[in-house]
Amino acid sequence: MDLAAIVKALNLKVGCGGNALNREVKGGYVGDLLSDVIANSQEGHVWITRQIHQNIVAVASLKDLAAIILVQGSEPAPDTLEKATREGIPILIATDPGFEVAGKIYKLIST
Amino acid sequence: MSYDKTFSVEGGNFQAAGNVSSEIKGILKELGLPRDTVRRAAIVCYESEINIVSYAKKGQIVLHADDQSVEIEAKDEGSGIPDIELAMKEGYSTATAQVREMGFGAGMGLSNMKRYADDFFISSEVGVGTYVKMVVFNLDLKLHPDHPQWVDTYT
Repeated sequence: MDLAAIVKALNLKVGCGGNALNREVKGGYVGDLLSDVIANSQEGHVWITRQIHQNIVAVASLKDLAAIILVQGSEPAPDTLEKATREGIPILIATDPGFEVAGKIYKLIST
Repeated sequence: MSYDKTFSVEGGNFQAAGNVSSEIKGILKELGLPRDTVRRAAIVCYESEINIVSYAKKGQIVLHADDQSVEIEAKDEGSGIPDIELAMKEGYSTATAQVREMGFGAGMGLSNMKRYADDFFISSEVGVGTYVKMVVFNLDLKLHPDHPQWVDTYT
């Protein structure tokens, strides 16, 4: 399943990276501790988090993650969006809390 | 092929944290090293960069890359580590509340470095600083024709 299908199904707002939504999503990881995400996320995962500062872009870029999904309508900081645009990392915003976002995406990609 | 470059890292500057690692990742990609080597070198570099930003006044990251391996040395002028064995334990951290709020200070930085590097060396002196050296071997896929998927088993 690609990012575009997830954006549509969960009605996500695309903060940036709208031109990279054809990427295949292989799974996901949930976490707000950056080193935990570095240790345990995998290439092609979506990363579900509440962190909005620009350091999340470096983590996503280092691990070649498919996208960052911010939950509960959290808006990314302006420099986060700038950096993500430069690095080609989509930032998507969900109005749902993390538990529901993770559950819905899990269901979508495992069926 | 042989490549050397030294980068300086400013302590306390979380805006710039990760910039050196991104630059090094770009350089290693340009050099044409295998994806797995680039990925692991970038991760250990990022963790050492974050440690300099979090715990030191200033520091340096020295990159050496050749056909056999990528070496990352991180040295700083900082608080140093009183008990390295304790600091290496996953989950142990002395990060401030402010640093933790940003999602750093999970107590996994040093263990991630050890985990993703093939070789890991650390020494530290309290009140002086910390030195970390990490080596990622550049494993040539051509040596493993029967196991082309091998590099992706590293996670």
